[in-house]
Amino acid sequence: MPILEHLWIIPLLPLLGAATNGLLGWKWPNKLVHSVALTATGLSFLSALEAVREFVASGQQFFRKEFFDWIVAGTFRAGFDLQFDELTVVMVLVVTGVGFLIHIYSTGYMAHEEGYYRFFSYLNLFMFFMLTLVLAANFVLLFVGWEGVGLCSYLLIGFYFLRKSATDAGNKAFIVNRIGDFAFMLGMFLLFRTFHTLDFAAIFGQAGPIERDTLGQFGVMTVACILLFVGATGKSAQIPLYVWLPDAMEGPTPVSALIHAATMVTAGVYVVARSHVLFQHAPTAMYIVAIIGCATAFFAATIGLVQSDIKKVLAYSTVSQLGYMFLGCGVGAFSAGIFHLMTHAFFKALLFLSAGSVIHAMGGEQDMWKMGGLWSKIKVTAICMLFGTIAIAGFFPFAAFFSKDAILFAAFNSEHGGKGLYAVGLLAAVLTSFYMFRLVWLTFFGAKRYDEHHVHVHESPWNMTVPLMILAFLSLTGGWLALPALWGGKDYFSEFLAPALGSGEVAGVANAHSLELKLSGVAMVAATVGLLVAWRMYAKDVKQGKSEGLHKLLYHKYYVDELYHALVVGPLVWLSRNALWKVVDVGMIDGTVNGIATGTTAAGDTVRHQQSGNTRSYAVWVLVGALLLFALIFWPILRPALFGGVW
Amino acid sequence: MIPTNYYLLLSAILFGLGIVAFVFKRNIITIFMAIELMLNAVNLAFVAFSQALGKPDGEVFVLFVVIVAAAEAAVGLGIIILTARNRRSLNVENVNLLKL
Amino acid sequence: MNAALAIFFVLAVIAVFGAISLIVQRHPIHSALSLILVMVALAGLYLLMGAEFVAAVQIIVYGGAVMVLFIFVIMLLNAGEEERTNFSRLALYAGIPLAVAVTGLIAASIVGSKAAAALPAAGPGTLTSTRTLSTLLFTEFVYPFELTSFLILVAILGAIVLAQREN
Repeated sequence: MPILEHLWIIPLLPLLGAATNGLLGWKWPNKLVHSVALTATGLSFLSALEAVREFVASGQQFFRKEFFDWIVAGTFRAGFDLQFDELTVVMVLVVTGVGFLIHIYSTGYMAHEEGYYRFFSYLNLFMFFMLTLVLAANFVLLFVGWEGVGLCSYLLIGFYFLRKSATDAGNKAFIVNRIGDFAFMLGMFLLFRTFHTLDFAAIFGQAGPIERDTLGQFGVMTVACILLFVGATGKSAQIPLYVWLPDAMEGPTPVSALIHAATMVTAGVYVVARSHVLFQHAPTAMYIVAIIGCATAFFAATIGLVQSDIKKVLAYSTVSQLGYMFLGCGVGAFSAGIFHLMTHAFFKALLFLSAGSVIHAMGGEQDMWKMGGLWSKIKVTAICMLFGTIAIAGFFPFAAFFSKDAILFAAFNSEHGGKGLYAVGLLAAVLTSFYMFRLVWLTFFGAKRYDEHHVHVHESPWNMTVPLMILAFLSLTGGWLALPALWGGKDYFSEFLAPALGSGEVAGVANAHSLELKLSGVAMVAATVGLLVAWRMYAKDVKQGKSEGLHKLLYHKYYVDELYHALVVGPLVWLSRNALWKVVDVGMIDGTVNGIATGTTAAGDTVRHQQSGNTRSYAVWVLVGALLLFALIFWPILRPALFGGVW
Repeated sequence: MIPTNYYLLLSAILFGLGIVAFVFKRNIITIFMAIELMLNAVNLAFVAFSQALGKPDGEVFVLFVVIVAAAEAAVGLGIIILTARNRRSLNVENVNLLKL
Repeated sequence: MNAALAIFFVLAVIAVFGAISLIVQRHPIHSALSLILVMVALAGLYLLMGAEFVAAVQIIVYGGAVMVLFIFVIMLLNAGEEERTNFSRLALYAGIPLAVAVTGLIAASIVGSKAAAALPAAGPGTLTSTRTLSTLLFTEFVYPFELTSFLILVAILGAIVLAQREN
């Protein structure tokens, strides 16, 4: 069956799964619920594979099909149009593949949870929206997916809705995302005003020949790209809108793995990569992207150094790695950014799922200071986690070595302070290696810091460990696709993506080959340094110290949340309460409604006196009526008679 | 020759006086008599028009008015008798059971 | 000033005088007698206009039956002089202006209407024969005529029922 002609199948299957589970699943046994959900996602994955096969076999570089008209207004048309190109290949395979593995994992992790059907319904709904997002051929449909994944994120973060911290976190995620979405919409409006369409092919085609803005010039392209990027900072948790992601760890661990590591948070990177034509016309915007990405990578890494909750460490790690992706896009290496997106999906999902396995083994404990010495008890989980850690630290030949290396190389060679970007990125890599190995030593090695009698540590069942092993394999091999030419292989990955993303070749660099080798070596050294320092500090018996000074600052996340609360949330709440609620709602709106009621009653009280019960008064009123009727009927005669004039 | 307008104006004056009586008198029977006065004023106008236009239709209508007035007087006075017995007074201002 | 006009004015003055007397008198029996005076004057005016049958009906039915009925009821109920209560202030203050307004409007439309001014004189008019009236009554107006007989029947029944003594 030609899937490409029926591309809508790929997002539709999860939607059907969501609807079935959501509407009918509340009385179903767990087996039936997850069968529906796994079938939907599995078939979606298979359809995606088939679509990719067809696409590659056909040799075309771009496929687009309009399915039905959604908005038609004058000359503007936004339809349910889906497109398929090389970038879509990567995204759709990552989303469906990793998504499917996480679905399998969830059958084990969530097995004893209340609301099993609700979880899978939301998870499938998320898949639908995410697939809509990556398959969309115009900004409007993309935005539908964009908003939809935000909704599912909210639903899933607040899954344990009886916990106030969870619902608060869900609110925070949604509201902060909304701010980003506002900027994204402004960007869309600007693009529409400039190009009179929101279709990707049309916009990028029209934009191509337009002259580039110069660095420092805030032309239309630059402003639009900056606005789109602000939206991306919301969705992909960059400075300044990253604050929701650590709180989002309130959701179940599979959610953290799927949404807040592998897929939803990468939507921002996807948008920037998809719009690379626009960004390449706006060097100021790209510079901003690179700087923010780099800063976030470093900033989040520093916070992750001292956290005690295992999931929080991984959350800040995600923020940091997303910063790398943006750094890559910002310096023009879009395919490197997407490459890191793919490898990150593998190892971050692996890390989160392993953490979930640890938490499951520990009966719900998430504080690393209450773990320790777990290596012998949960070997499989521990080995998988170690794979993930080695990958993220960037050791050869694991996946992230290649992707991070590509990004740092591109940063090094970029203009206007590329060396500075490289330096900060390298420092962040050291920190990354450090805090990840700190996590491993604290969790799996050293003395047992928990009570053996209360906690029965056990390995997770097969439906949790098998996805871990698959992801571990991918974390090892995922990078081999882009063995650069200098290693004796071809850079299959960026060659594959070239038609979609431009060549991204770093032009005019002397000794590119050997420079890259040198920089790779430096990266390896950086990773090793991090590993060794962590080993020194945490591998043996270690106690949690008192938190003061710099440690306190980092532990409390630089007090950014408190700052936002004081600057934005507090005044807004005050304004809402005192101005909007007391003045507008109670005073004006309630006042008007109540006032009408009071007025009617008062009027009634006044008019009531006419019904006096006195016959003579009634007689007078009858006569008044008769008088008025007479005057009305005889008006043509009366007017000239009383007021003169010609009849 | 008496112009029609004279009769009409006289009819209007009598009608107005009937209204005054209707509004100002307090005895139920007197109010009823004021109604009869108003009806008579209207009859005068009918006959005047009948004569002026040369058609006897107006006078036929006067007959009808007289008949109806007579019937109305009969029934109305019956009601007045009942009311007077009930309220033990002929003052229309004592007929105020609808007062809130 | 010819004779017809003089008679008209005399009868008109009598009629108005009777009406004012109806208002001014305190005892209802005096008001009733004033009303009879008005009716007689009006009968005279009808005669002046040549409507002899209507004049006769006016005296016989109105004066002889309706007003007698009024007087009988006054005597039956032993109506005394009118009390001077004034519960309705609206009637007190709005009465005269209202009456003046109504009369004024009617008068204005009479005076201002060109069609009314174009009417030929009403009196002294040609005699309307009873034959003409009755022909009209039994041909063109036979339906209302039959209805009025029904109406009178209903009125009689009503009056009887209403005035019964309670058992």
